Parts: sequence; structure tokens; C-alpha cells
Amino acid sequence: MYDVIIIGAGVSGCATARELSRYRLRICVLEKAEDVCCGTSKANSAIVHAGYDAPVGSLMAKLNVEGNQMMERLSKELDFAFRRIGSLVVCRDEEERPSLQALYERGIANGVEGLRIVEKEELRRMEPNISEDAVAALHASTAGIVCPFGMNIAFAENAAANGVEFRFDTEVQGIRKKERGWLIETDQGQYEAKCVVNAAGVFADTIHNMVSEQKIKITPRRGDYCLLDKSAGAHVSRVIFALPGKYGKGVLVTPTVHGNLLVGPTAIDTEDKEGVNTTRAGLDQVLRKAGENVKDLPMRSVITSFAGLRAHEEHHEFMIGEVEGADGFVDCAGIESPGLTASPAIGVMVAGIVREILQPEENPQFVGTRKGILNPQELSREERMRLLAEKPAYGNIICRCEMVTEGEIVDAIRRPLGARSLDGVKRRTRAGMGRCQAGFCSPRVMEILARECGKTIGEITKAGGASKIVVGVNKDAL
Amino acid sequence: MKTYDIIIIGGGPAGLSAAVCAKKSGTDSILILERDKELGGILNQCIHNGFGLHTFKEELTGPEYAERFIEQVKELRIEYKLHTMVMDISSDKVVTAMNSTDGLFELKAGAIILAMGCRERSRGALNIPGYRPAGIFSAGTAQRLVNMEGCLPGRKVVILGSGDIGLIMARRMTLEGAQVQVVAELMPYSGGLKRNIVQCLDDYGIPLKLSHTVVDIRGKERVEGITLAQVDEKGRPIPGTEEAYECDTLLLSVGLIPENELSSGMGVELSRVTSGPVVNESLETNIEGVFACGNVLHVHDLVDFVSEEAAAAGRNAARYVQTAGMRQAAGCTVEIRAVDGVRYTVPSRINVERMEDIQTLRFRVGGVYKNCFVSVYLDEERILHRKRPVMAPGEMEEVKLKREELLQYPDLQTITVKLEEV
Amino acid sequence: MMTVGKRELICIGCPMGCPVMVEMDGGEIVSVSGNTCPRGDAYARKEVTNPTRIVTSTVKAEGGLVEMISVKTKEDIPKDKIFDCVRALKGITVKAPVHIGDVILADVAGTGVDVVATRNA
Repeated sequence: MYDVIIIGAGVSGCATARELSRYRLRICVLEKAEDVCCGTSKANSAIVHAGYDAPVGSLMAKLNVEGNQMMERLSKELDFAFRRIGSLVVCRDEEERPSLQALYERGIANGVEGLRIVEKEELRRMEPNISEDAVAALHASTAGIVCPFGMNIAFAENAAANGVEFRFDTEVQGIRKKERGWLIETDQGQYEAKCVVNAAGVFADTIHNMVSEQKIKITPRRGDYCLLDKSAGAHVSRVIFALPGKYGKGVLVTPTVHGNLLVGPTAIDTEDKEGVNTTRAGLDQVLRKAGENVKDLPMRSVITSFAGLRAHEEHHEFMIGEVEGADGFVDCAGIESPGLTASPAIGVMVAGIVREILQPEENPQFVGTRKGILNPQELSREERMRLLAEKPAYGNIICRCEMVTEGEIVDAIRRPLGARSLDGVKRRTRAGMGRCQAGFCSPRVMEILARECGKTIGEITKAGGASKIVVGVNKDAL
Repeated sequence: MKTYDIIIIGGGPAGLSAAVCAKKSGTDSILILERDKELGGILNQCIHNGFGLHTFKEELTGPEYAERFIEQVKELRIEYKLHTMVMDISSDKVVTAMNSTDGLFELKAGAIILAMGCRERSRGALNIPGYRPAGIFSAGTAQRLVNMEGCLPGRKVVILGSGDIGLIMARRMTLEGAQVQVVAELMPYSGGLKRNIVQCLDDYGIPLKLSHTVVDIRGKERVEGITLAQVDEKGRPIPGTEEAYECDTLLLSVGLIPENELSSGMGVELSRVTSGPVVNESLETNIEGVFACGNVLHVHDLVDFVSEEAAAAGRNAARYVQTAGMRQAAGCTVEIRAVDGVRYTVPSRINVERMEDIQTLRFRVGGVYKNCFVSVYLDEERILHRKRPVMAPGEMEEVKLKREELLQYPDLQTITVKLEEV
Repeated sequence: MMTVGKRELICIGCPMGCPVMVEMDGGEIVSVSGNTCPRGDAYARKEVTNPTRIVTSTVKAEGGLVEMISVKTKEDIPKDKIFDCVRALKGITVKAPVHIGDVILADVAGTGVDVVATRNA
């Protein structure tokens, strides 16, 4: 019997797990995918929003602002990439200026600091590639960008280091109330827990509806994105949003923490909770709209496109709390944008609710810091030389686009909750994320994975399950 | 800091040939830096035959062709380092490299020959919509898996792009027991050599669908199928022409891009057409003493031409270091204009005083041309007019300029290379 | 096989890919045209009577730095023997050292042609 079972190893589930690991609790995270950060958390805009979007007084607004404020310290404690680069909401029509003003005022009401409206000339100076049509913009100095994988993995690793167990490839199929606590049926057997946290992303309605008569519905809202080469990474230096207006909701253009340029997303409601396929119409829309606020975008430099699903709940509000009539079952549902920004605050809030229920003691052994995978590119020349002398694997470049070494890949595999697939290695080290999109490095990463995991090349997958990279050996069917 | 007269970045066909020729031209202090575990570059995975007819007058496989040069490198005792990644080159020719035995180290070069080759365009560059499951490979990655690792990337295969690697892989996969259903090509003509269509597709009854592209990829974990559609003259899919294929693998052979991240990092000027350095008659970039050859300069169709071009780069680099400081910029540089169907020329500028007796200009054409003439104009005067029965973008063309002839035009401003109907 | 009429071929003798026309009458070759070198003539005559190909493939390697050894038929073999040839290579493992030209499989599929290594290992 666990004290707490968390369903879902996305960013909310892992943030919650890490917060709860401050207490003397037996905690287990159940995840149906083969790794953490496999759903909504892995495919989004990677923005740390300032907090002027959400309605005044909403939980979304509160947790957004709190999450934003926690981000800097957390990124240092848990060693993930975060840069507070600021954002601009661009107004391209004097007629829409009232909407810009309204956004500013909402931000002030939400407690957002560092907001101001900048006029045309200053805007041009700040962002030379801003559209010629731009008349003004709302500048939010507290907005930033984050590595979504890095943050999710950091929460998970830190939780694991503090005793939280993780079960991957484990899909929840049913939940029943027991006399004391809950019985969770999975495709890998049964689990029992006193308290259950539903952090199942786009599947949070399925999980919720297993225990409650008050049904909820989460609609997967697909967003298509294009990622541009690092050569385009400096095209803008802040997150550039479009002002929602008579032309609908525009797409954003932003640098990423790794120096690429990201444009997107679309917003297309779908029924398929695994429907992360991009479409021609979606990608065309991204390419068309991206140019509205930023000029001369080098769209020839697109290196990949992808789609993610936001867990949209019809009231567009985070649904966090103990479910009525289901004691000890805590929802953490409807976590769509600004969910990534809010996740540190979501973790604290959900953990607080669980703490109220279980009244645990503090965990005196809790360690709140974690070291990420060493990136030799961040070392000084001397430090790097020392590292190479000690660990020659850091001298062996595997991914030549992102200059990722064998040392980093081995670290990614060997550490707790380590990578087991090509995508797992990619999210942790960036090997395969560069301009050749794994063309050169994937056979070599497969070799390292096979060696480190004691598997054959034939067993290595792209992302677990049936995603095997090779299907046999030469001539086996002849 | 250790110093070499010539440092060659890349030990593939271009680097090897440049090294051999530089050594034979009298420069002893040469170092080849190679990132892979052996010399030979991409030739090691090109196990098919068809290499070397021009160079050796016999038909060799890729590894055999590479070995001919590797043997010479060893006989000439040219130094090389394997497993070594060049991290950075400064404009004053300091090369920062790294490997697991020497760590991070710096070398100073008198001259540098860029010979890093190219990489394949990926799916992302094409913006093909659909899922992102396992089973989508660039043709070269599949080639490595099959030919070097002995692994079969898939059993039911669709290939997008009829570049040579795609065509070669259609045959390779077939001979290893996979079923290749179709090769689709976006353009109305193939991007590969005609003989590869005959011996890689026709021989095995694999259909080639011109003016077609992939418009959807299905399968959440592994590819389960793709959809092809016909495209209009602008390359846009035509609604209603969609055709679904069941397959577990999609290979992409959709173009090669010269790998010039190191070059641009050191300030080498790149051509927007070739994505390779802009070079003069000596294959020298805008940075004095920095030369480029092979697929890093422009994507070649035949390795024989890479070797030939690289030999010239090696020779020129040797001459550069041997005459260091003595070279005066005699004569002036003439720009070469590539127009009317000629996409570019390499070199794109020549100094008539400094050029060799015969200068080869290599180029590619922008479409399929039948019974057209390749013409060369010195300012207004046409000095060459050669009929070509067929020219296609997949094949490299060349014209040769004679120094003697050019010297007769002391006021020469521009050389123009173009295609003419009559 | 066609006995009368014209057959258009693309020569695969070299990367030029010349279009070659073969005129046949009563199973006899009347003329070959379009080729730009003698290889084209030879290719065309063979292609309409007894088409042949060089076959390249790989076999497993043991004890060297590489997993696979690339191989080829030392000469071209009849086109209809291509699959017999690669099937005959199935399951073969060679031990390093191997040198270019070493015979990996003699007289493959009864063609009288040897399969030889095309790389060192």
C-alpha cells in the first residue's frame, strides 16, 4: 500500500511527486509511456508566461504568476535551462489598442510585475525584425523560456532521488474505492494507495470519470509547431505573441533555450488523445501566421515540425482539488497553457491538498537540489580539458549537429530514471535534435543504448512500445 | 601549438585526394582530421559498384575506391587522426579539435582544406505532415544500418526522392529481402543518374512516380502507411490524387546539403545556390589560404569528379604554402555569371593570371534540357557553343576554359555561362 | 525475349547513361546505335541476349573492427541469378583479417563467378 499514487509523469505529476517527497510518504508515479515527459509536457511552446492572459481571480492566473516567480530559483536548484528573456504582445492595428490596454490592466490585476506598453520606435529598437505594421506592444519583462523536457526530467529525478518510485509502461485501467484508500488496476497488475493524484493530462477525464459521477471532459486541442535551425535562433530575442483580435489568435515566435527558433502553435480540437500528427493545413497556417508579427522569417531553415495536445477543459480553468464524493482522490486536471509555467506552483498546491489529507511528517533526508547532465559546452576550456583527461568519453562526439558526446549520452542512460530509447536520449541530451535530425547519430546512439542497457540493436526503440528502429537483420527473410 | 603546413578537415574522398596531391606537390607537413573510426568517409557505406571509371578506368565499389586513396595516404606517410572532431576553426587558421585520446587541442595551419562533405536533408526540411513514428529514415542512414551494421530498417518500404542514394537503397533493400513498393519523386524528372533508374528500379520492377510526394504519414509507434499524391507544376499536392500505401518504412532521399557550419564559423563566404563556399580558380575561399573541395563545396554526382577537384585544391594549397608571402595579386579577378538555366559555376570567379592552363568550370542546370547548347561568353563574345543531347539537374556538367584564350582578352570584365536553344 | 523490332536501352556501362537503340531481326542483332563508346555497344548486345549484372552485398564479419564486410561478384552474373546469389550469401560469416579481393564464396549459385571482399577488415 502506497501513501500516494500519482497517475502521469508529465510536468504536473512530477512537480507534485517532488513536492510530496519532502514528506515521509511512500509515493509511486504510474506512467503509461516508457519515460517521463511523453505527453503534453513534451510538445508545447516552452514559454514561461508572465501571467496577464488568465482571467482575473482565476486559479490559472494565481498559479501562473506564482509559478513564474518560482522558476528562477527552481531552475538553479534543479539545474534545468531557463532564461527570462521577456515577451512582447504585438498590436498591429490602432483600432486594437484597447485590447492591448485591457491585457495590460488584466496583468496588473493578476499581480504581474514588469509590464509596460512600448511604442513603435522603441519596439523596433528592441526587435529589429518585428513586423512593419506593428504599432505598439505589451512588454512583459518577467516572461521567459524554459526547456520543458529539462524541467520535467529534473522534477522526476529529484523526486526519485528522494525516494519516489516510478513505474513506466504502466497504464491505469480502473480505479476502485476500497475501505481504506484506492485500488488501481493497471495492465501491469494492481496498486493500492491511500491517496491518488490524477495528473493524466489529456486522459485526466478518463481517470476522473472512473471515480466520480460528476463527469468532466478534456478535449485534446492540437497545436502544430515548426522548429527552425540555430542559424535562425537570433531572429528575435524575446517571445513574440500576436494580440488576439479580429484576425483570430495568431502564432508565437520565440527563441528556445537551446538557441533554435520556434513558431506555432495552431489550435485544432480533436477527438484522438494520441493524435499528435501534424497536418498540411496546420503547418501551412503556422507558416502563414508566423510572418504576421515577425518579418523575413527564414522558413527555409525549418528543421522539424511537431504537434502537441493541450488538455483543454471546457471552462478553461485548472481543476485542482479533492474530488467530491471521492475522499483521497485529488484531481490535477485541465492543465493547459500556462500549465508548464504554473507547474511548480501546481506541485505545491496539489502536495498541500494531499498533506491535508494524510498529515505526513517531514522527510528529514529530503535533498532539494539535483545536478543535470553535465554539458561540456558550458565548461571553460580548462575545465573541459580536465574532464577529458579524466573521462575520455567526453571527447567522443556522437551528435555532430549539437556536439553531444558519448559521455553525456552514457550519463543520460545510467542516471536514475535514465533514457531507454532514442527519444529519451534526445530529450535529455539533444542528440538527434539538430539540423540533420538524427541522420548521422541515430545508429551510434542505438549502439550506445544497446551496450549500456544490455540489449541488441534490434531491441532499441524510438520511444518504447512498438517503435522499434530496425525490424530484423540482413537477408533474414530471403 | 603544433603547426602543419596544411590541415585537411575530413578524410573522405575529397580530403584523401587533396592530401595525396598536396604531398605529391612537395608539401610534407600535412594532417588529415577525420571524425569517423576510419578513413574513406561516406564511401565506406556505398558498397555498390560504379565508382572510379574516370579515375581508374575500372568499376569499383565505394570501399575499394576509398582504399586506393587510403593506400596512397599510407604510402606517402601522410599523418591523420581518426575519431577526431573539429570543433572550431579561427579565421587565422587555428584549428580546435577533440578526441578521446588527445582531449581538446589546438593546431595552427599554413593552409586549410575544407573537405567535410555534406549531410542529407531531413523530413523536417520538407514539412511532410503526419505522425513522427519509428521507421522514417534518410536514405543514407538506412544505407549505414544495412551496409555497416547488417540491420534491416524495414520490410515494406516506400522511398521519397529519386536521388542516387534513394535509388541505390531501393535495390539494396530489395536484395536484403525487403519489398520496395514505389519511389516517388516531387519533380517531373529524377534527381539521380539514368543508369541507377535502370539497374536499381527497372531491374526489380519498382515503379518510379514522378511529380508525386508524401502527404501523410500514419502510425503512432512505427510507420503503418503513407499517402502519396500527385503534385502540380508548383509542387503542391493535387486534391483527389491521394493514394494510400501500407508500409513500415519511409526512406527519404530528398537532397544533400554541404556541411558548412565550420566554414561559416570562420567567416567563409557561402553561396546561396550551392550552400558551399564561394571560391576562385584555386578553389580558395574568400579567406586566403583556405580552400574547399568535394561535397562541402558543391554536391557532386560522381566521386571521380570529387577526387579530381580535390586534387586541384591540394595542389593549390601546396603552392600557397610554398610561396607564402611571395604571392602578388597579379591580374584582376573576373566574375563568372551563371544564367539562363545554369544554376551556378564552381569556381565562380577566376584570376586569369593565376589560373592553370586549363580551368574546369563545373555546374548544374536547373531543369531537364534536350538538345540545348552550353555557351560561354567572354563579355559579349561567344567562345564556346557545345550541343548536349540531354542535361538534367541530377548530373553535373562542365566546360573547360583555356588560359591562353582568356589572356587574349586583357579587358575582360565578365565570363557568362548559359544554356541556349540554338 | 524479343526477336524482331527495336529496343531502346539506357546503357549502364558508366554514369553517362547513353540511350542506345538495338535493332533485332530473327533473334539476330542487326544494329546498335546511340552509344558513345564501345562499352555501350557491348552492353546493348549483352542486355538483349544475356543480361548480366555485378551484384554487391554484405556478409557478417567476426574479430575485426567492423560488423559487416562488403562483397561483390568478381564479374557480372546472369540477371536471373541475382537472388540466388544473395541467398547463397545468407548466413556466411568471415573472420578477420580479410583483404580486398579475398574470395568469400567461390562459384556463387553455379555461375562460375566468385564473390570477393571489397573492403579490408
